[in-house]
Amino acid sequence: MIELDIALDRGEFALELALASPARALALFGHSGCGKTSTLLAIAGLLHPRKGRIAIGEHVLFDGDARIDLPPARRELGVVFQDARLFPHFTARENLRYGMPRGATATAFDDVVQLLGLSALLKRRPGQLSGGQIRRVAIGRALLRQPHALLLDEPLANLHREARMEVLEHLRGLKRGFALTTILVSHQPDEVIALADSVARIEDGRLAALDDIETFRASVKSLDAPHLLAAG
Amino acid sequence: MNPLTHAETVALALSFKVSLVGVLCSLPVAVGCAWLLARTRFFGKPLFEGLLLLPLILPPVVTGYILLMVFGHHGPIGHLLDEAGLSIAFRWTGAALAAAVMAFPLLVVALRNAFESVDRKLENAAATLGAGAWRIFFGITLPLSLRGLVAGLALAFARAFGEFGATITFVSSIPGQTRTLPIELYELISTPGGEGGALRLTLVAVIVALLASLIAAMMLLRGGARRTEAEA
Repeated sequence: MIELDIALDRGEFALELALASPARALALFGHSGCGKTSTLLAIAGLLHPRKGRIAIGEHVLFDGDARIDLPPARRELGVVFQDARLFPHFTARENLRYGMPRGATATAFDDVVQLLGLSALLKRRPGQLSGGQIRRVAIGRALLRQPHALLLDEPLANLHREARMEVLEHLRGLKRGFALTTILVSHQPDEVIALADSVARIEDGRLAALDDIETFRASVKSLDAPHLLAAG
Repeated sequence: MNPLTHAETVALALSFKVSLVGVLCSLPVAVGCAWLLARTRFFGKPLFEGLLLLPLILPPVVTGYILLMVFGHHGPIGHLLDEAGLSIAFRWTGAALAAAVMAFPLLVVALRNAFESVDRKLENAAATLGAGAWRIFFGITLPLSLRGLVAGLALAFARAFGEFGATITFVSSIPGQTRTLPIELYELISTPGGEGGALRLTLVAVIVALLASLIAAMMLLRGGARRTEAEA
């Protein structure tokens, strides 16, 4: 169960979002500036709500009343940022290993490398990787944290068509291969339909609707990339 | 063949030793202060910053006199150091302290700029990967500030190497102990027939300053522009 009750002020923008969803893959969908990314950053612990509660399954990350506010390092989440944020002075291998827990096995590393097709890239630095490759390394790095939930912020944004298909295919594989709660931020209906089970529509910092994926699919009038839908 | 006289060589070697020890000793404190200025907000921060920069603005003689009052034989700390057999007044260690104090502000300013140029989003990403403050600092912030650090060290070394006023006021001019290159130069200028030596030491001082300046410029020019961004 994903429980979000977030009251957050950012300048003149006020986020007042409350929802509870049993979905394993929840999308936060809405136009640019509606509060999706702020919600994701609050879940990650990088923004601090004024009040409310954030819990994923048994893990209470924030509870204003109970004065719980876990620091980002202790939230045990895998966060994939829109701009990837790979460490530029590390190789792909070093980036991937950065968040691995001490007891993690070499097999876990190999599995993720294989799943995301990263074997040939391990010695390269971020500056030597393409946009799609960077995104895949960022996804792998988040997975190797061995998180209890994965947060994806616009994982296909700013990628050309081929790279979008490449990353999307890996994300689909991930959804099939890992029983991991996922929260996806997106303003692209095709991306949401391909990756989410449930959709929270956000408008002006508030929940406008919480739909299952079929209801959302039916409500989407026009898709900007029908080929992605067909592939799903 | 050494073109310098014995006294000039001794002064030059002493200057290198004093500058190196002074800068290296002030480095950890400067790193801490620069990080506080770059990454934290606290009450009285402008006053703190002003105090750190004071040696840059105060007449060096005043700084030297303050050092003499505090670390001299009758000063509150100097008295304790004397009792512990660690007297620094009128010794090369005192000259190193004067050099450290005078070079400190340059180091702080360079390091602060270097830390501020590191994208905080990378530090946030490291936090979501489970890294604590020390790991983030030594693994992400410091390596990405390396060029600024080297530039700061070069400038601080040059400043320490050229230090005169505070040194002569605090530890006087004792050959082999506290008579550094600028003080030896001053002695030569004040001595009839010392023009040749003064010219030689002037050349040495100019070469050291030029080298330091060149290193700093190369580091800063090649450092690129990784500007700090606030969270989206």
